[in-house]
Amino acid sequence: MTLSRRMFLGTACSAAASPLMTPVVFANAPGENRLVVIVLRGAMDGIGAVMPVGDPNYRQLTPRLMAQTAEGMADLDGYFSLNRAFSPLMPLWRAGELGFAHAVSTPYRNKRSHFDGQDFLENGGSDASGRLTRGRDGWLNRALKHIPGAHADYAMAVGRSRLLLLEGQARSGSWSPTTDLSLINDERGLLSMLYAGDPLFAEAMQSAERLAETSMGDNTPRESGETLAAFAADMLNAQSRIAAFSIGGWDTHRGQPAAMTRAARSFNDAILTLKTRMGRNWNRTTVIAVTEFGRTARENGSIGTDHGTGGLMILAGGAVRGGKVLGRWPGLGEGDLYQDRDVLPTDDVRRYAGWALAGLFGLSTSVIERSIFPGLDMGGDPGMLA
Amino acid sequence: MQVRNSTMAAIRFGYGFHPGQTPPNGAEDLISSLRRGASEKPLFPTDSRAKRGAAIQEALRARKRNKGSAAFRNLRKSLRQSAAQDGAKLLLQRALSPHGFFERLAAFWMDHFAVAISSPMHRAIVPDFERTAIRPHVTGRFADLLIAVVQHPAMLIALDQPASVGPGSQAGQRRKRGLNENLAREVLELHTLGVDGPYTQADVREFAELLTGYGVNRETYAFQFAAKRAEPGAEAVLGERYGGDPARADHAVALLEDLANHPATADHVAGKLVTHFVADTPDPDHVRHVSAAWRHSGGDLPAVYSALLDHEAAWRGFGGKVKQPIDLVASTLRAMGLTRAEANMALKRNARQMVQATAAMNQPLLLPPGPQGWPDEAKAWITPQGLAARLKFASRIGLRLARLNTADDPRRFAETALQDALRPETAFAVGGAPDKWEGYALAIASPEFNRR
Repeated sequence: MTLSRRMFLGTACSAAASPLMTPVVFANAPGENRLVVIVLRGAMDGIGAVMPVGDPNYRQLTPRLMAQTAEGMADLDGYFSLNRAFSPLMPLWRAGELGFAHAVSTPYRNKRSHFDGQDFLENGGSDASGRLTRGRDGWLNRALKHIPGAHADYAMAVGRSRLLLLEGQARSGSWSPTTDLSLINDERGLLSMLYAGDPLFAEAMQSAERLAETSMGDNTPRESGETLAAFAADMLNAQSRIAAFSIGGWDTHRGQPAAMTRAARSFNDAILTLKTRMGRNWNRTTVIAVTEFGRTARENGSIGTDHGTGGLMILAGGAVRGGKVLGRWPGLGEGDLYQDRDVLPTDDVRRYAGWALAGLFGLSTSVIERSIFPGLDMGGDPGMLA
Repeated sequence: MQVRNSTMAAIRFGYGFHPGQTPPNGAEDLISSLRRGASEKPLFPTDSRAKRGAAIQEALRARKRNKGSAAFRNLRKSLRQSAAQDGAKLLLQRALSPHGFFERLAAFWMDHFAVAISSPMHRAIVPDFERTAIRPHVTGRFADLLIAVVQHPAMLIALDQPASVGPGSQAGQRRKRGLNENLAREVLELHTLGVDGPYTQADVREFAELLTGYGVNRETYAFQFAAKRAEPGAEAVLGERYGGDPARADHAVALLEDLANHPATADHVAGKLVTHFVADTPDPDHVRHVSAAWRHSGGDLPAVYSALLDHEAAWRGFGGKVKQPIDLVASTLRAMGLTRAEANMALKRNARQMVQATAAMNQPLLLPPGPQGWPDEAKAWITPQGLAARLKFASRIGLRLARLNTADDPRRFAETALQDALRPETAFAVGGAPDKWEGYALAIASPEFNRR
């Protein structure tokens, strides 16, 4: 019996967990259209990112934030300006490959809990209290079942935690590019005997073995927006048509300018890496980045913002009709705010996801309203796809 | 699978069997061990808060003077090294203490009141949080635990409380600063009533106003109440009025007392306790039983623990829970018969390795993912990647045991560690392994050693 050398090498590089570490999930589907869903965990400040500087109330609500962020913001359409934290993405805006939808939210209201808000965002339900749909599965997972020829059983997660988005009846596993399967490669027989009576362990073991064969080797750097996106791009260039991952760091209760810059750097890197690495396939790609809710319209006492309601969705990709800030802007004046504190949501963020599924994978309105986002009214096409 | 109550007591309610210690026989032993667990000092003392506070201050000052200086880098490095020591000490405490149930409860409360501090420097006060806010109150009233937690600088810093200023207060008026709702929200959502509890956004806001003035003395790192930051006037939370002028720290304490005794808190925390110790989907009758004990005793924790143990569901269904990685490592060290002398040696030589062992399985010590703490259900941990990391850990320990322990035998190791929870399949695989190290590795990787 010889010991695998990797077993010894592996001990030297056990990366400490990073708060930005995140799973990636993939699914196959027929055709050339590609969808990337990015969950911005922590509740991104929508009006801090795409700043309504044309609204005179904005400066009054956020005087100390503006003192630090007014410089370097980029004009988008004469009314909204992009926070400089996102300025590396400006070339995409000018090329029509970047757009936004403002004042959107899920139907979740009032409790403003991250943990429920995120589960609810990924689950796609309609209950304002945040109760998940009966299956407690992810909307993307439900969508797979309605895309003819989608290889639902190929859905897989890369990373160290679960992502509800693709969870449910379609099988999914998870794998991290930073961990190799050191074990006992030679003793699979004994291991399968060990796990035969325990389905949870047996199934995890099977996926681990299967994925180890296609894994990325030992030298992958630690997960960041860039490495995750590079891996996702490779998968999307090959068989995968749907990818989802999350980028954290948006919970900006204090020191928002610096915190948003850090989180945005990961996001920018992810988008730019996807574009570069996907080449021509970028033209068939739609990226939608969503967050559990927005933040308070007023800044708080610590140059930050607290949990709010109406938020921002970001659209990117060669397949989107960018260069526009979509959505019905509710204003920030007296009486305009939700509960006198948050940006008033004027549209359902699920509608955009629904129209993306319809446009990219041909799902019908009735399937989307019934099975994928139960209770949603799809309404008119917001015109987000080119 | 049905196993003896003594096996349940050791594995489900403790950190497993240790060949050099007398295991608890059942519920009575567990309850009687709590008093001893509470009265004994931690086995591996950590620096005082004052000492850590001074070190943090020194580092912060050096950073202010020159971020790139060698002086700052050295101070930061020494704080990082302390962090590795802190994590290893916590792990060894759990692995070595003969009072496993007490240590499991201390760990449960550490997680219930998770402090996730992203600054590597401020993280240095988290061991003090465990030692002074959690451990002394594990066997007391929940209200006292809650108050100690909310007044500890680690929790205050983790949830931004020092940045929260009453908008109408002296400091708020002068410096145009305002509230930060973070702590108030998480106390209601995570620590007491639960997210489905009967509170509104208005309650969060008023509670945040009541908490203004709570802060940290930046020299001593002690809790301090600054009246000039406190919002004037009384606040209405859950329909009751609290506080008034002049503002005092115990105005918020009165609310914390009421929250601790609220029926929604009893239900929420009872549900978490039963879920943590017994089953991912707990028996509703078991939860009701524990919640009822909470209400009748006014949140007296020993009474709550007795109720947790005196329901028949507590003693059936061995394997309903999966050990989280830190617990897997602690119970492995126990099964290896770790001694005090070995632990001292390991602290000197292998602190970093021990810390990395749990981090490689996605659960770094003293570094929870956020204020919600670690996920508790089996599915979150036994992912393909999570299992691969466990197998890697098992392989490394197997190699080490095979090298160190030539007289021992993997079969005996498995029997000692699992007793009547050892399944015939595992015994066969362990005995049939072609090499000794693989036998140990298979025992540690077995489902029954990873479950409880």
